[in-house]
Parts: sequence; structure tokens; C-alpha cells
Amino acid sequence: MHEVAIVGIGIVSVLGTDLETVAGGLYRGASGIVADEERVALGFESPLTGVINGFDPTGRLSRKQRKTMPDYCMQAAVAALDALEMSGLEPDALHNDESGLIFGCDSSCIAALEQVELLHERGETALIGSGAVFKSMTSNITMNLNTLLGTMGAAWSLSSACSSGGHAVGQAFTLIATGQQERIICGGAQEINWQSMCGFDGLGAFSKQARSPQKACRPFDANRDGLVPSGGAAAIMLERLDLAEARGANILGTVAGYGFSSDGEHLSVPSRDGIARAGTKALKQAELRPADIDYVCAHATATPAGDMAEAANIKALFQDCAPMISSTKSMTGHELWMSGASQVVYSTLMAQKGFIAPNINLEKLDPAAQGLNVVSETVEQGPGTVLCNSAGFGGTNSCLVLRFQHGRL
Amino acid sequence: MTDVEILELTNKVLAEEFELSPNQMKPEASFREDLELDSLDAVDMVVVLEQTFKIKIKKDEAFKSIRTLGDLHAFILAKKEEMGD
Repeated sequence: MHEVAIVGIGIVSVLGTDLETVAGGLYRGASGIVADEERVALGFESPLTGVINGFDPTGRLSRKQRKTMPDYCMQAAVAALDALEMSGLEPDALHNDESGLIFGCDSSCIAALEQVELLHERGETALIGSGAVFKSMTSNITMNLNTLLGTMGAAWSLSSACSSGGHAVGQAFTLIATGQQERIICGGAQEINWQSMCGFDGLGAFSKQARSPQKACRPFDANRDGLVPSGGAAAIMLERLDLAEARGANILGTVAGYGFSSDGEHLSVPSRDGIARAGTKALKQAELRPADIDYVCAHATATPAGDMAEAANIKALFQDCAPMISSTKSMTGHELWMSGASQVVYSTLMAQKGFIAPNINLEKLDPAAQGLNVVSETVEQGPGTVLCNSAGFGGTNSCLVLRFQHGRL
Repeated sequence: MTDVEILELTNKVLAEEFELSPNQMKPEASFREDLELDSLDAVDMVVVLEQTFKIKIKKDEAFKSIRTLGDLHAFILAKKEEMGD
């Protein structure tokens, strides 16, 4: 097995559209959540949503490139270009069989709707335009990036609900670790629009604390009342460690283990042991014990049932150890398909900048989470070893173990 | 609309749709070689021209033989004349 280095990251998030701004937001405990009154008028139960401000892809992507990309794909493309630039690899280094792409994505709702509206409006399929078919596929990120970057190895997208991004990073790690690829840009992306969220809103799963949007998302808090939908795109450049070292790359950290599991139970209610089983596998692959983990970047979305189940899973995995825990979703909202990948970017930023981001809006710890070391204030020391949890509908779980150079191990 | 206005409008909408610069818009410019447009761009060219000039060109055999910007100009002028504009 080969070791796998993180050599570049990029993100377009509700906390900012560049790494410095996002790192600052994580450090300060900022929030990217707003109330969208249009949703109320439309009959939503919750007007809350993450929002991305100031993203302009026109300087990075041509009109022809943008024509086949929905907004979240443009965000993924810019994040990927940023990750590539940070890696120090020349664009030519991707033009071979050993360089690939794997992204998590599980919807392309707006694009699918737009093509139907154009057909009704114009009366002929020939007048829909060339971009719609590509934009409406959930694989649109990897098909577009493959053309944009000229990668010639793996190029596919992975759908597993809210663990899509986590599994995408995990699969990219696995392909490099087993020698099937040398470098992969992986990540996840999520569209932000009411159209893609109306059915989910109808389940009553979203927070209704609309008077204070920035305080609405409260993972592990006793008074949490649901998640806040959000999105954007995150990208991570992974490279075989020996190759990265040989070219003198700046190694940000490593992915040391990936574990996956599924619950085999309920469609939307997570089990009490699914994440723990995935975490056990990830730790075993990383050759670490639970006590070696000093930070858990939790999945915790702030739904009553989900956080309670994750708390039980963390207790089952860590027993009497007490790693620091926070959910970045308290600030970003739930980035859904993107979230498993954004957690890797956020954790890498924390390690780079030397802090652990707070779980904001934690005023009274849920009794179910008693005993867990959930940090409500910024910790002035970066994490050395991190476990990133993510879980999705259908009970599909991903756990990633990350190691950083300046950690205690 | 005069013929000159039609040609100017054609160039304008194509330049906008395909990010072309004015100095590329020469009658002898080949869509494939000089302007680097591909088969997907041809789909969007039909959309933008049909929407702009309210003409039907998708199933027109003459459209399929167009190779240069000059060919397209002649085609559009003929179409507009045919429609009595």
C-alpha cells in the first residue's frame, strides 16, 4: 500500500470563496446562513439556507466551458483549479493515465427543470441548446473537469446522498493507495436553490428558527430543531506520497485511512453503530487507536435523531477517550453531497492555521451527548489526527482519518 | 432591417455566444478551423439565430453546407428575403 498525501485544497463555501476567507470564518465561528423569504412565499416550512456571495467564475472559465456547467459545477471547477495550483503540479502533469477525478454529487435539479421549461417555451428540443444534457447529469462535474484539465485516468462521480463527498475522497485515496492512480482531484459539490430542496423541506427536517438565521443550526445542542440546507464545492488534490516528496511538494497532510459501512436499516434514521463500524475500519487501516485521534470533524447536521445517533456512534467508537469534537455545519449549514469533502478541506485549513473550529450555537449540550468533548469555542491548537464522519440517506457511512505534520503524532 | 444591419446583428450575436473578437469576424473565416467551433456549438448557433431572426434553419439542407462566416451571411440574407423581410 502506498501512502497518500494531501497536496492541494480549494473551496467555494458559504463562508467564503477563497481559502483565507474560509479559514478566517472557521476561526471566528462565522455563519453563512440566511433566511430566504421567497421560500416562505412558496410554502416552505423553513426559509433558512446557506448562501454563497461574491463567486464570479468568468475570469477562470470561458463562456463555452460554463455553458455545460451548472453553478455548483463552476464552483467545483474553480475549487479544483485552486487545489491544482496549490499542489505545484503543472497542468501537463495531469495529461496521463495515472491522473484522475472523483467527485461526489447526487442531484442536478435546476438543470433538469430548465431543459423542460425551455422545451415548453420554445416548442422544439432543438432549441433547448447544447448545454442542458450535460448540466442535468449528476456526473457533470467529472465530465466537465476531465475536459477542462485533460486528465486521462479515473473520471466518474459518486452518488451516496450526504456521504457522497466523503466516499469520493475515500475512493480516490483507495485508488492511489493500491497503486491504480498516482494523483486524483477529488471532492464534492452541492447546488443551492429552493427547487432542489422543496421535497426535503416537506419532511420537516429543516430548522425553523428563522428569526435568528445564524443561530438556527445547533448541532449537539439540546434545543436543535433541524438542519439548514447549504452547498458549494470542495476539492482536494491527493497524490502518492513518495511521488509528492520526490518533486519537493508541500505536503499539507495525509489521508491515512478510509472506512465505510452501511446501516441496512431505515431509509432516513441513522443506526447506532453504522458510523462506529466505518470509523473502526478507518482507524485500523490508519494503524491508529481511538486514543490517537485528537479531533472528530462530526457529521452532526443538527437534526434531533441524527445527532443523537452520531453521539451514540462516537461513544461506541471512542469509549473512554475524549477527542475534541465539532460540527462545521453549525457555521455552514449542511452542504449535503459536498459535506464529506468540505470537512477534509476545513480540517486541513485548521491544521494549516493551527486551530480547531468551534461548534457554534452550542449553549446546552444534549443529554444524549453528555460525556462528549464538543468544543463550543475556538481551540488555539491545530489537530494532528482527525476523523471525518459523514453519513447519508439509506444509511451509508464514510469515515476518513487524516494526519497532519504538526500534530502530536 | 437592412442587409448591413442583418449582417452586423449576425456577427454581434455570434461574437457574444461564442466569445469571438471583432477581428475574427471575417467573411472568409471558417467556423471549424478559424473560429474553432464544434458540433455542439452548431446546436447553439441554430438556437441563437432562430431566436434572433425568427427563422427556421435546423432542417434546412442549405444550412448543413455552411462552412464560413460568409456562407452564413448569405444564408441568413436569403432566408430573410424568402420570408419577405
